[in-house]
Amino acid sequence: MSAEFDISQTLDVKGASCPMPVVKTKQAIDDLAEGEVLEVLATDSGSMSDLDGWATGTDGVELLEQVEDGDVYKHYVEKTA
Amino acid sequence: MSTDTPASSADSEPLTEAELQARIEELEDKVATLETDTADDTKKMTIVATQGTFDMAYPPLILASTAAAFGWDVVVFHTFWGLDILHEEKSKDLKLSAVGNPSMPMPNALAALPGMDSMATKMMEKRISDNGTATIEELIELSIDQGVELQACQMTIELMEYDEDDFYDDVTVGVGAATALQHMAESDIQLLV
Repeated sequence: MSAEFDISQTLDVKGASCPMPVVKTKQAIDDLAEGEVLEVLATDSGSMSDLDGWATGTDGVELLEQVEDGDVYKHYVEKTA
Repeated sequence: MSTDTPASSADSEPLTEAELQARIEELEDKVATLETDTADDTKKMTIVATQGTFDMAYPPLILASTAAAFGWDVVVFHTFWGLDILHEEKSKDLKLSAVGNPSMPMPNALAALPGMDSMATKMMEKRISDNGTATIEELIELSIDQGVELQACQMTIELMEYDEDDFYDDVTVGVGAATALQHMAESDIQLLV
């Protein structure tokens, strides 16, 4: 399944477990400019709930989409501010 | 301060335009004040880490580094055995206790045998590595990088006869219970681990 937005950067945290997907996402987002989209590739099944929770509780980010693609959980996060 | 309707409304006499205008301005001021008060809505969390076993070192560091990813202001106050988590050398050699641990698949009599703690720790370390879980050292560095304040209780440093140089760089020393309490009082979340 392909996403309909331009991906500025991809963060590969496959193999890493909690809290790494969230913490690494936060660090990667810090390096992006407003409006850019980060793709996060994870194998941690908890990342579906955790990244959602993080994006909801954090200002300046929006979770655009989450896709389960085989063993990989793909998350698309936009830096909104 | 009262937010009741003005005294002049005791009878049903309608307010004059000037009175209404004054009332609106007064309320606008109050709203502005409240907005200012809540503008600094950065959440704060204080964790008190008292345990120095391998398993108990994880929860405070995982929560602290994640909270920092939310942009929260986080302090972890390390006291008693929790101090070992910040001790550069000891943190790499924290042990899982096999005795009195109901999650261990062995009776206490067996768990108390020499070498059992080391064995249990090695097993857990392997699982952690296989699972892609971060090491204690990585979590400490991650926490510090993200601005988590890791505090080392001064009284315990002296009690344990540790040296301030024994701790990771950027660990805050020279703090006590009052410092911890001050941050706890301002915190939205306070946890004792």
